[in-house]
Amino acid sequence: MSARYAGGWVITLSLVSALLLTLLPMPAAAQVYRPEWVALVVIYWCLAVPERVGVGVAWVMGILLDVISGSLLGQHALALAVVAYIALKLHRQARLFPLWQQAFMVMLLIIMEQMLNLWVQGIIGQAPRSWKYWLPALTSMLLWPWVFFLLRDLRRRYVASE
Amino acid sequence: MNSPFPQRHMKPLFVYGPATSLRLVILCVASLILMTVDHRLHLLGEVRAGLSLAVYPLHYVVDLAARVSHWAGESLSSRNTLLDQNTGLREQNLLLKGQLQKFAALETENKRLRDLLQSSLQIHERLLVAELLQVDMDPFRHQILLNKGSRDGVKTGQPLLDADGVMGQVLHVGPLTSTAVLITDPSHALPVQINRNGLRALAVGTGSFNRLDIPYISKNADVRVGDLLVTSGLGGRFPPSYPVATIVAVENQPGLSFARVSAVPAAHIERSREVLLVVTEPAPPEVTAAPPPAVSTAPSVPATPAAAAPRGATAPPAPAAPVTQPPPVAPEISPLPETEGPIE
Repeated sequence: MSARYAGGWVITLSLVSALLLTLLPMPAAAQVYRPEWVALVVIYWCLAVPERVGVGVAWVMGILLDVISGSLLGQHALALAVVAYIALKLHRQARLFPLWQQAFMVMLLIIMEQMLNLWVQGIIGQAPRSWKYWLPALTSMLLWPWVFFLLRDLRRRYVASE
Repeated sequence: MNSPFPQRHMKPLFVYGPATSLRLVILCVASLILMTVDHRLHLLGEVRAGLSLAVYPLHYVVDLAARVSHWAGESLSSRNTLLDQNTGLREQNLLLKGQLQKFAALETENKRLRDLLQSSLQIHERLLVAELLQVDMDPFRHQILLNKGSRDGVKTGQPLLDADGVMGQVLHVGPLTSTAVLITDPSHALPVQINRNGLRALAVGTGSFNRLDIPYISKNADVRVGDLLVTSGLGGRFPPSYPVATIVAVENQPGLSFARVSAVPAAHIERSREVLLVVTEPAPPEVTAAPPPAVSTAPSVPATPAAAAPRGATAPPAPAAPVTQPPPVAPEISPLPETEGPIE
């Protein structure tokens, strides 16, 4: 049973790092390009170890994201849970995709997350009106290969799964 | 944990299925309920405060990193730069102290005059210095994180100032940190008045750091470029007479029913590191012991001294007399039809 939990700290650490990267101060001009770090990491773990990271973890991360970004409690949680669910559903196909295709899928997932966020913000009348709102999906797609390689190496070394 | 290659274990064959779908549905419903409760009922302040304590280490680490890099830059800057800066600050300090002396005298004089008029306006304000935690929040919403929380006496709705003007108000309070919304956030509006003539208006955030919108100003209202907007204190959140913004554009477009007025915030909203939290305290007992004043509750509209001055000149020996008579009230209420001036 202990094998199931081996390497859990790597997963936790990567999720915490994603939160830190979300908070890291950047120049104002670069802020709109900030990738959706938490979503990227959650998607990776859902594809790689779906038996360990799933909808529940994504939801908890979403709540934390709501607290640090000052949004409505449950907004990011809802979006991330849905994204994690789709990633879980697609994980067998996604593992066979070439990397660029995976990156494209990640972009679609993140667009979807942003759409859910936009929907909630629109309901409470605080929707951003700038097209720049969608830029993180693009930067997340471009960063996916690096996130993928980094986390894959960490997983191969520390996390119990094949 | 002790071996990098743990023994194989049984992987579940289906990682998604009825259980996962059910879990998703439950979590979605939970999120919707949470959002509704948070938005409609505002019942989650405690939960948010607790969670903010949980993420405080993250805030702390990120802030520390930013601080260290700032500190490194500062320690590497040359001695001459620091000396120059020091001299400049010394001079500024002297100047400000000089002004403060005058201000203290004016404040006591003002208080004496108000006591004479037995005005109800006796608000005691205390300032609390807070620092911004250098973490990034949602770039499309203007919120900042402060390093003071309920432990230091911060409360929801407390106004936030910097050295030059009003910055915003506190939105959520945690034990160690608090989140404030800036006056430039699109969802924020604050009651203001024009310092020159007391015309009341609203200053609404636009989502841009250097622009506020002043809606619902009729076309013939007496508004000029360069007018200073100060808080009117009417909303009950912000204390009166703090500078908010300067009007930079007044446009009259024929098709619209109101003038388009925009202003630039007085506070350095993007740049301030240290901010002041205003703690408004109720009046001390010796002032409340005064008889309930018959004067209107309208706060110090700048038109009042001019209107009250001739009265004071006509009846100097009886300070109680003005209280019983309504005239001082009239000029304060009269600014309402301010649009009449230009019509005539």
